[in-house]
Formats: sequence, structure tokens, C-alpha cells
Amino acid sequence: MIAGRPNRGALLPARLSALTDSRVGSLVFFIIRRILWMIPIVFFVILITFLLMHLAQGSPWDKAGGRQLSAAVVNNLNIKYGLNKPEYQQFELYVWNVLHFDFGLSYQYEGKTVTGLIAEGIPYTATLGVLAFIIIVPVGVGLGVLAALRQNTRVDYITMGFATAAASFPNFVIGALMVVVFSVLMAKWTQHSFFLPAADFGLDDHLIMPVITLALLPIAYTARLTRASTLDTIRQDFIRTAWAKGLTERLVVIKHVLKNSLIPVVTTLGPTFAFLVTGSLIVETVFNIPGIGRAFVTAVESRDYPMILGTTILFSIIIAIANLVVDVTYVFIDPRVRLA
Amino acid sequence: MALAAPALEQAVDWEVAEQQIGLWQDAWHRFRRNRLAVLGAGLVLFLILVAFLSPLLVHFHLIWNPGTQDVANIEVGPAQAGHPLGSDELGRDTLSRLMFGSRISLSVGILVQGIILPIGMAIGLAAGYFGGRIDNLLMRFTDIWYAFPDLIFVLVLVSVFGPSLLTIFGAIALVNWVGLARLVRGQVLAIKEKEYIEAARSSGSAPLKLILKHLLPNALGPIIVTVVFGIPSAIFLEAVLSFLGVGIQPPTPTWGQMVFDGYEAIYANPSAVVLPALAIGFTLLSFSFIGDGLRDALDPRMKR
Repeated sequence: MIAGRPNRGALLPARLSALTDSRVGSLVFFIIRRILWMIPIVFFVILITFLLMHLAQGSPWDKAGGRQLSAAVVNNLNIKYGLNKPEYQQFELYVWNVLHFDFGLSYQYEGKTVTGLIAEGIPYTATLGVLAFIIIVPVGVGLGVLAALRQNTRVDYITMGFATAAASFPNFVIGALMVVVFSVLMAKWTQHSFFLPAADFGLDDHLIMPVITLALLPIAYTARLTRASTLDTIRQDFIRTAWAKGLTERLVVIKHVLKNSLIPVVTTLGPTFAFLVTGSLIVETVFNIPGIGRAFVTAVESRDYPMILGTTILFSIIIAIANLVVDVTYVFIDPRVRLA
Repeated sequence: MALAAPALEQAVDWEVAEQQIGLWQDAWHRFRRNRLAVLGAGLVLFLILVAFLSPLLVHFHLIWNPGTQDVANIEVGPAQAGHPLGSDELGRDTLSRLMFGSRISLSVGILVQGIILPIGMAIGLAAGYFGGRIDNLLMRFTDIWYAFPDLIFVLVLVSVFGPSLLTIFGAIALVNWVGLARLVRGQVLAIKEKEYIEAARSSGSAPLKLILKHLLPNALGPIIVTVVFGIPSAIFLEAVLSFLGVGIQPPTPTWGQMVFDGYEAIYANPSAVVLPALAIGFTLLSFSFIGDGLRDALDPRMKR
């Protein structure tokens, strides 16, 4: 402890003061505060989405069965789905149900619950997301470090050129172009003996193109950021010392450069997760995969409000948790972060 | 002291005049030296030209009308039956639809930034300069905002208010202004503490004059860069909406919708997918080249 600093712990019992003064203690408080902060965020997401849904012109029964329903039927449907109650009561009921993992009934599929529909989609979306996440970090970091260590050589230019292009081309464009090259043209050239499947889901070569489409943009961002932070690190004095000690390039890079240049990269993992969520909408549409992303898009097209609400809440919770994990990880790996 | 001042002033003037280049002139020099940025600017200028000229070309029958259905030649490949780039599943000319598609993409990109700029700047300036409650409100608001991914929120808005041109422009603007407001706030907070602001304030400048004459010009570089990078992100959002089928509705041709339509017959006529896909990709690439160029050009510390 710095001399002259008033010891706040003196007023507290010995054991408690050890808790508040130690880094572990403040870390625990930090995590608890971050978790509690998620509650208002998710609450407001529910509130905003809920209000928007109720602002919508027309009712969900406008397109039912492609014909106009009679007033009596509409009335019965409203009663069945609780739409005849005042809005604040509907909201109260909704939040109460959400706390019990009940997101209501889908308007679009007769007799199916939103929870059930989401549960059906999760395996597909999760498989794609996890696989993409697994390749993003090593590939992105690898390319970034490679480009930085070979700065201003052809390797650097090619890697960064690829990263810039991948960061600019939208993923549905990349997906569509890959389908043309690896499915359509490949099938034509090889007389249908070798090509990648362009639709549906399977735990085999069906995964290749969707996962690449999903991972390409985060890989590009990670590579660019890693390159910048690695360039920053290799100019530091302690790296010169490491070289001066006569360490091999491998040792310098792995033990000294990477450890420091990866710190800023961790912060991008939060946005990466958010991107994987929105990317799933597009990739699942391009490759016709029945995951949550596709379910959300279909719900938007057919104005299935309970489904839209449910998936939006799920997405925002996933992103809030991802950001929480990233923030906590950051505190663990960077001792300079203050837990104010 | 009073006697010595004019002489000193003269000497200073003379020294500065020798090498003084304005920020903008300097930025322009550096932008021009960036080959990729110039290439991007050239491509964007070409697109603007296409967007303006395409109705004229239709008028003089140099290209097809994008809505005309050449029913005898449906889904023909490039350079067949008078369609330079082929036709789609309704027999509409791909070249002409591509050219008209640029009108939607460019107007989304540029108009949305036009909506965001005054709003984001006003709120960011107020939050950064006056701090206190406005600032707190903005920061709490953005915390909640960032829990909504852009695309999800735009989709929710479009599903609620219907896929009209106004909704789509408004929704894209609504998700983008927060970023700009935060950037302006950050800039203002950083500049506010500088000595020249202190000097202006102590010499009695009114807050509005201080903001407009001293704060804003010094924060302008990063704001311009953010706005330019905002253009491709707005174009991207519109293209994705169209691709998902909830964007600007047919028959208005948009690139995203052309990719989607082409998908139906991707095996028979892959060019119907490839051409609009490349148009989107290269347009976004051009704007990000311009953005990169501007970022380097407008940062005075990047001097070589």
C-alpha cells in the first residue's frame, strides 16, 4: 500500500477489509455489479420491443389464412391471446411469463409456443456460432501476427488486402458468391462429382460454407486489430530486451509479444458475439438452415409478434452475457484495469 | 512591453507564412497521394453519374426500362437477345436494373447520414459540453441501445411500421445516430480541456460561439470520417433488408433484392446473383477506401 494513503479498511472488521482491499474482493463486487446492470438493460429491451409491437398498425389476424376473418372470430382470437386487456396489464403478464421462460404462443404456427420454436432452432444456430467462434480467434490472430511480423512485405499486403475486402463485402454477398463458385460452377466443371452443398443442414460438408460466411468478417476485424496491437508491442523496450537476451523468434513471439498484443483483441470478442447473432439471420437465410435467425426473419415477414419479441429478448440476453464475460475476462488478463 | 509587441507579432507572422498550409489543403494533398482512396472516390463518382444518368438513358432508349418485361427472353445469360448483362426471371434487363439499383443504395447511404449528422452532432455536443444530466441520459441510453444489434432493431421497426421507403430510411438513421453522438461527445470532452478553449472562455466568448468557432472545427476531422464510414454501413443495412425480403418493395429495383431474386435460378443463370453481389461489394469497398484515406488525411499527427 502506498505510504500516506488513508487505510479505508481500518474502520471495518479485519476479514471484511481484506475482502474490499484485495483485488479478488473488488473483482467479485465488479462482477456482481455488472450482472445486476444486465437486468435494467434486458428490461428496457423488452419494454421497447413490446411498445413497438403494440404501436404496429393492423392486427396479427389481417393475413390469417389469406382472407378477412369475421369480427366475432377476431374478438375470440384477441381474448384467447390476451390482446383485449389494457396494455400495461399485457406487459405485466408478459414480463411475468418471460421470467418463467414462457414467451407465449406463436401467431404464425398453430398451437406452437415461442419457447418451443426457439428450442427447435437453437441446435442449428449454436452449432454454426460455436464453430465460427472456434475458428475466428486462431485464424484472425494468426493472420494479424503474421502480417505484423512481416510488416510492409508481400505477406502483409496480401493479408491486409484480404482483411479489407472481407470487412467490406457483406456476408450475404460473400455467401452468395461462394455458392456460385463452390456449388454451381464447381458442379458444372466436375460434372457433379465434387461440389459443396448450398442448402440445408448437416454435420458434414454442409457446414463448410455457412461457417466460413459467418466467420469471415470477424476474422478480418480480428486480424486488423491484432496486426495493429502487435506492431505496437514489438516496438516496446521489453521486446528489445527479449531479443537482446538471444531468445528465438518463436519464444519472443509466443511468450512476450502475443501475451501483450492479445489484450486489446479480447475487447472485440463482445462485438464479435453480437455479429455472430445478427450474422445467423443472414447465413441461415442464404443456406436455408432452420435456426433461430431464420425463424426471426420469418417472424418479421409474417408479423408474428410473440416470436419477434421472444427472439429479440433472447438475442439481447446472449449479447449482454457475452459482453459481461468479455469485461470480466479483460479484468483477469489486464492487471492495469481499474475496477472503479 | 506595449512597444515591443508589434515587432514580435511581425516576426511571428513572417515565420509562419513561410510554411503555413491549411489543414484542408494539407488533407487534400495527403488524400490524393492515397491511391486506393482516389480509386474509391473515382468509383463513387462513377456511381453517382450512373444514378443521375440512368433515367436519361432510358428516355433515349439506350438501355431497357427496368420495369419492362421482355417475356420472350426470360433468364437469358449476358450478351443475349439484346440484354448486355442478361435478364431476370421476369424478363427484366439486368444492366438497367443494376443501374437503377445504384439510385437506392446511394440515396440510402447519403440521405441517412444527412439525417444523422445534425441530430448526432447536437446531442453529442450538448452531452459533451454541458455534461451533467444530458450526458448521463445519453450514456445510459447508449448502454441500452448497444444491447440491440443494429440489424435486429431495424427488422423489428420494419415489421412494425411496414417496409416503406420512409420507415427504412428512418430505421437505419435511428440505429446509427448513437454512434455519432458518442463520438462527438468524446471529442468535445477531450478538446474542452485544451488551453485554447480556456483562453477563449476567459476572454468572454459566449457558449454558442465557443462551440461553433473553437470546439466544432477542431472536432471536425473524426466526425467527417465517422460520417463517411456510416455511408457503407447504411447501404449495407438496406441491402440486407432487401435481401431478406423486407426492404424496399418491388418493382423498385435494389441490389439486395436482385441477389435474392437471382438466387431462385442460381444454377441456370449465376450472373444474376454475381453481378448485383459484386455491385454491393465494390460500392462498400470504395466507401471504406475513401474513409480510410480521409482518416489518414485528416489526422495532423499522421504527417510523414
